[in-house]
Amino acid sequence: MRQLHAQDIEDIAVGAALLGTGGGGDPHVGKLMALQAIEESGPVDLVDVSEVPDEGLIVPLAMMGAPTVLVEKVPNGEEFPRVFEALKNYLGKPVFATMPIEAGGVNSMIPLASAAKLRIPVIDADGMGRAFPELQMVTFHLAGASATPMVMTDEKGNLVLFSTISNHWTEALARSATVVMGGSAMIAIYPLTGRQVKDAAIGGIVTLAQRIGEAIRRSRIESRDPLAAVLEVTGGLRLFKGKIVDVSRKTAGGFVRGEALFEGIDDYRGKTLRLQFQNENLIAVSNGRVLASVPDLITVLDAETAKPVTTETLKYGYRAIVIGIPCNARWRTPKGIETVGPRYFGYDIDYVPIEERVSREWAKGGEPA
Amino acid sequence: MTYRLGIDVGGTNTDAVLLDEEDQVISKAKSPTTDDVTSGILDVLAKVLADKAIDRSMIKHAMLGTTHCTNAIVERKRLSRVAVIRIGYPATVAVKPLTGWPEDLKQATGNEIFVIGGGHEFDGRRIGELDREALRSIARRVRGRVDAVAVTAVFSPVNPEDELEAARILKEELGDTPISLSHEIGSIGLLERENATVLNAAVVGVAKATATAFSEALRREGIDARAYFGQNDGTLMSVDYAVRYPILTIACGPTNSIRGAAFLSNQRDALVVDVGGTTTDVGVLVNRFPRESSVAVEIGGVRTNFRMPDLVSIGLGGGSIVRQRNGQVTIGPDSVGHRIQHEAIVFGGTTLTATDVAVAAGHVGIGDRRRVSGLDPGLVRQTQGAMVRMVEDAIDRMKTSPEPVPAVLVGGGSILLPDRLQGVLEVLRPAHYEVANAIGAAIAQVSGQIERVFSLDAISREEAVRQAADMAREEAVRAGADPAAVEVVEVDDVPLAYLPGNATRIRVKAAGDLAR
Repeated sequence: MRQLHAQDIEDIAVGAALLGTGGGGDPHVGKLMALQAIEESGPVDLVDVSEVPDEGLIVPLAMMGAPTVLVEKVPNGEEFPRVFEALKNYLGKPVFATMPIEAGGVNSMIPLASAAKLRIPVIDADGMGRAFPELQMVTFHLAGASATPMVMTDEKGNLVLFSTISNHWTEALARSATVVMGGSAMIAIYPLTGRQVKDAAIGGIVTLAQRIGEAIRRSRIESRDPLAAVLEVTGGLRLFKGKIVDVSRKTAGGFVRGEALFEGIDDYRGKTLRLQFQNENLIAVSNGRVLASVPDLITVLDAETAKPVTTETLKYGYRAIVIGIPCNARWRTPKGIETVGPRYFGYDIDYVPIEERVSREWAKGGEPA
Repeated sequence: MTYRLGIDVGGTNTDAVLLDEEDQVISKAKSPTTDDVTSGILDVLAKVLADKAIDRSMIKHAMLGTTHCTNAIVERKRLSRVAVIRIGYPATVAVKPLTGWPEDLKQATGNEIFVIGGGHEFDGRRIGELDREALRSIARRVRGRVDAVAVTAVFSPVNPEDELEAARILKEELGDTPISLSHEIGSIGLLERENATVLNAAVVGVAKATATAFSEALRREGIDARAYFGQNDGTLMSVDYAVRYPILTIACGPTNSIRGAAFLSNQRDALVVDVGGTTTDVGVLVNRFPRESSVAVEIGGVRTNFRMPDLVSIGLGGGSIVRQRNGQVTIGPDSVGHRIQHEAIVFGGTTLTATDVAVAAGHVGIGDRRRVSGLDPGLVRQTQGAMVRMVEDAIDRMKTSPEPVPAVLVGGGSILLPDRLQGVLEVLRPAHYEVANAIGAAIAQVSGQIERVFSLDAISREEAVRQAADMAREEAVRAGADPAAVEVVEVDDVPLAYLPGNATRIRVKAAGDLAR
């Protein structure tokens, strides 16, 4: 176990934006919630997966609804004790700890804020190892866990407990309740035992986010190459360095689908990279050759600062480095690929791990092997 | 013959121009920007009016683009103490007002914070009833302890009702204490809008003092003109309006340059490169107005959601210091600023500046060229190349497509740049390029803005927009625009879902030239 203080939260937020792979929502409001909670109640205890008792009740927390509502109608803070109290009464045991459902984007921060306020630990783990758009896209789902009983509450004090027959019903019922509550609500979802967390969660991910943020911050202070630091911490590979020469976006089926075309600079001069995204970055193709695909992580970094940028930031003239990071091994199983592989997102390609697609020479800017 | 006076306060110089009815430049002047700003304005005013032939009584309008408010925030000086009132409880308190503000700025504005019940949902329903009693007790508590009030209600851009009612109650209790309302200042995004509203309230005092000083300066020079302030979007505000919404003046400098460049070069769509004494700003002209940025803008370390001109700023100006280290040349980001007249080598000083290099290369004929004749030609070539690359790089960042576009070069430092730049169709150097920002202030139009919720069950959307446009035109005319020349420049409508009567919020801005 170790403690997280204000600077750690700042670093985790930067790491969470990187693990958000271009989507996941801006961590900013969540970060401010966590910082205020720490200022008022003291630091957060972060516990390793191995320290969790097998029978302990672990409840992941997240915000559901429209990010544009969250930035206008910020939560109250009393939602945290309320959802945990309701689950305790329903399940007949107290909540031992919370954890993020996704380590990328704004939802990386909500559990940290709740943990500080309630003085309960946060588990150094999540259910994605990144950010994904749908409720069943978690490793707990692969392991057969149910999203319910799930509790939803708003800042006014309304609370709904969902007990459903499938995760499809959970999604449909929860979406309409969110609208009635004002477009944004807090949820406690996928209640797990300590044993289930040990078996199904992706451990060490909060620490990884923190190390990413720290690496970027320190390299700036020490005038070192921030990209090298990021790649070292994440085990990632450089896919490309280039300038955006075209971006197109269209809204289809409730999602923003789009692609950005990069023209190579420096080591990658003469090559191009096509990055396809739907909320998150999904596929990177160079001159007809797939370099990386979901569920591996594809993140765009500012060419100078190595700070992660979201898909909305991509525009003509922007200079960036595109990196790829191997996803957690659980996503590389047949059920994992079925749940979050390229075909699920509508791309007719097979998933091949990034390490097999990208040679070391390519990552250095040389020719593909 | 009547005249218009335009003044722009920049980081290095304060510039002034006098234009006649045909927009011809009658007189122009530059003077160093001073720490107190006001004395620099007085100096340049005296210079631009030095010609005895100018009939001062014929100066009918005076426009000021100034950094007074920006400086006050950045330097944390002369700020008003503000009562910060947020309406939205029980929502929002997980992030309290002024979270993330630098501690010194919080102290400078008094750190008086209140969150009370009220506010709306995204669809116009109420979160709760406005807590009128709490407002009255806050007013009694802060009376005499604050100079201004900032009120921000949740989803006020959708429904401003609670902010307006709060203002009415506070006025009853606090009399003339200035009140800033967030729906008049920013858009969706509570924390950023609230920050902007608090900053606005904090500079109301500075704005009033500036307005008084400007009027006083004009009177002392024997000028009886109607005074205006330039605002971020390139249009003018009457002084009365500017002292209520001073935060809207905060980025008028770059806007004035871009508008001035558009006017001088007669371009509608182009890149504008403004090279000053310390920095170069590259902006984009779209239909004669600056393209606006889409990302959150920080002012004095505080995140806001203002729409500012989209700019790339690089540390290259006429006074940028040139250094050589291990065979590598560096330019800026530090500059000798307006001390260039003494410190640059061509002016008899000892500091190697970008201007010295341009003179040595033979591009510019100012100062004493002999003093730089001994410079290493390799260094000169290398520095020149680096300066051009910096600018070309900034230009490329601002373009929206690879096609070459015209670039208008303005600002005193633009003489450093060559006539050919990569990615640029044609380099334009209009006459009076060195005072383009003051010209931008002088030629600025006046605008009027209206924001209303219409029920589209009763009338069509087109009819609602037409009514709103008429009201906006009337506003612009009231502010001094020529009724024959007022045009609608912006229409924005947001449907308010789930409200009875198909409610839509429509915002229209109209702008036109000043009536002569």
